[in-house]
Amino acid sequence: MTVSPGRVARRRGGVMTQSRREDLQGRAMVSPTVLVVFAMVMLPFLAVVAFGFLNIRLVDIPRVSLFDLEFTLDNFRTVLSSPSFWTALRITVIYAALTTLGAIAAGMAMALALRHPFRGRGLIRALVLVPYVLPVVAAATIWKTLLNSQYGLVNAFGMKFLGWDAPIGFLSTTTREFAGIPVPVSLFTVIAFEVWKTAPLAFLFITARMQVIPGDLEEAASIDGASIVQRFRYIVLPQLRGVVVLLVLLRFIWSFQSFNDIYLLTGGAGGTQVMAVRVYDELITRANIGTAAAYGLAMTVILTGLLTMYVRLNRKAGIG
Amino acid sequence: MRMKFSATTEQRWLNLLKVMVIVVALFVSVGPLIYGFLLSIRPLSSVLNTPLDVIPSLDEVDFGSYPTALRDESDGGFGMARFMRNSFGVAAATVVLAIGSSVLGAYAAVRLQFFGRRAVNAMFLAVYLFPGIVLAVPLFVMMSRIGLTGSLFGLMLIYMAQTVPVALYMLRNYFAAVPESVEEAAMIDGCGRMKTITKIVIPMALPGIAATSLYVFMIAWNEYLFALLFLVQDRERWTAALGISQLTEFSVPATVLMAGSIAITVPVVVGFFAAQRLLISGLTSGAEKG
Repeated sequence: MTVSPGRVARRRGGVMTQSRREDLQGRAMVSPTVLVVFAMVMLPFLAVVAFGFLNIRLVDIPRVSLFDLEFTLDNFRTVLSSPSFWTALRITVIYAALTTLGAIAAGMAMALALRHPFRGRGLIRALVLVPYVLPVVAAATIWKTLLNSQYGLVNAFGMKFLGWDAPIGFLSTTTREFAGIPVPVSLFTVIAFEVWKTAPLAFLFITARMQVIPGDLEEAASIDGASIVQRFRYIVLPQLRGVVVLLVLLRFIWSFQSFNDIYLLTGGAGGTQVMAVRVYDELITRANIGTAAAYGLAMTVILTGLLTMYVRLNRKAGIG
Repeated sequence: MRMKFSATTEQRWLNLLKVMVIVVALFVSVGPLIYGFLLSIRPLSSVLNTPLDVIPSLDEVDFGSYPTALRDESDGGFGMARFMRNSFGVAAATVVLAIGSSVLGAYAAVRLQFFGRRAVNAMFLAVYLFPGIVLAVPLFVMMSRIGLTGSLFGLMLIYMAQTVPVALYMLRNYFAAVPESVEEAAMIDGCGRMKTITKIVIPMALPGIAATSLYVFMIAWNEYLFALLFLVQDRERWTAALGISQLTEFSVPATVLMAGSIAITVPVVVGFFAAQRLLISGLTSGAEKG
């Protein structure tokens, strides 16, 4: 932009109105970002949709031409009729639901405990953010070492002090009976990891919202004799409703697509093969682009459904 | 606290609970990192033989795992220093690309009324929430078709597209905090839009821009999936995150793995705590209204 648009407008004697100018400037300013996102996100997405309806494998890619492509529903038929899809879906939903709940509960507990100022609070607030900041690969490597069956601290501790007769394979055990109850050990381990890693974000969001709750209501209630629990239940909690709903949505969407954490910890072993890991397996291990895309599209449809539901609910509640 | 005169049993229990929550939260949050660090300075034999003696005795302390992890393979090491250099390059380039384009976009989203503004905002939200693993399918195919497999350049473009939504979101919050009256005064004094942005808005929002840059840097530095897809066959170009994860596949001593993990963690943790206040306000400013 060599000529300032303001001057152009004046020279033309106000032909270009203020709003017209803003319109052009605004569009020019967002265009670089829109362009990149279009090329690296929108186009690839269209490609996934196309791949989902094509019968191609990775080895065909160098030879395939646009003209001999045939559209088919085979991929969806294969995927939807395979039991492993439904298993993956079930595991993913359990994983996403429990990590969402766990992260919000832990974040809420920390936010409440650190609500009122005391000496050293700033430092503690900073330290509880460590899991969120750690590179996921470093965190997973440390956890894998902690849980290692030969030299990991957890198994060594359990065998010495908790009376375990053998080390527990935290990252490779589908189910194991504890006191007669079958427990999905590895699934719970990856859930614990994700809760550990994401609770700090919930803590930050809830803390930010708590800070703007007006103090006078609580003060009035406490003068009227409301107990701390009552004040939390009837004054603080309703104020946090919006942020908690937002966190439920965001965390569920992100956990539902979680790949890194699970792949790094278990590689999908021990009953932790979630949808995202399935997509990766179909793509890399089986080199089947079509079924990988079909898995991916199934994920997208489910997440879009959730998002639409959220927007509808918001509209109904008159917030959005 | 003002409740001093009515210290009930309820309050005493709650205080105890509060202390317990804080202690557990601290232990769980920081414990693994400290464990990783302590392992990295112990000799391997002691880690394998006495896993419960987490804290090394003074004469046992041995920082030798760090040079082993960092040195190049030709030097008898595992090449972590090279992987970190690669990561630094990719992350820095991502910051330049993503922040350079988001500054303008974020400003437009805050101050300008333009056709398609809502659609553009909705698009960025969609990208923010869209599963990266789904995009991995076509991007991997594209890369293997045009032969960019093993290319850091393709990775930068992908990181840029992946970080632009969050950069826009954060920058928007920082720009919104710049008083509109200051901008209007500059425009009345004859500054054009671009000049107002470069002379007034950017300098005033500079701390926020710095914090956003740091956040984008962290995302690119920590990224794993796309690095795995594009670079796994090209050991020379492995990023730090990919390097660590690949080394766990080989029989690399646990102490060296821990040293590598700590080495890639230090830059992000230091950066984050340096800019903590700004980063947090930028990340959570949507939450206050919720």
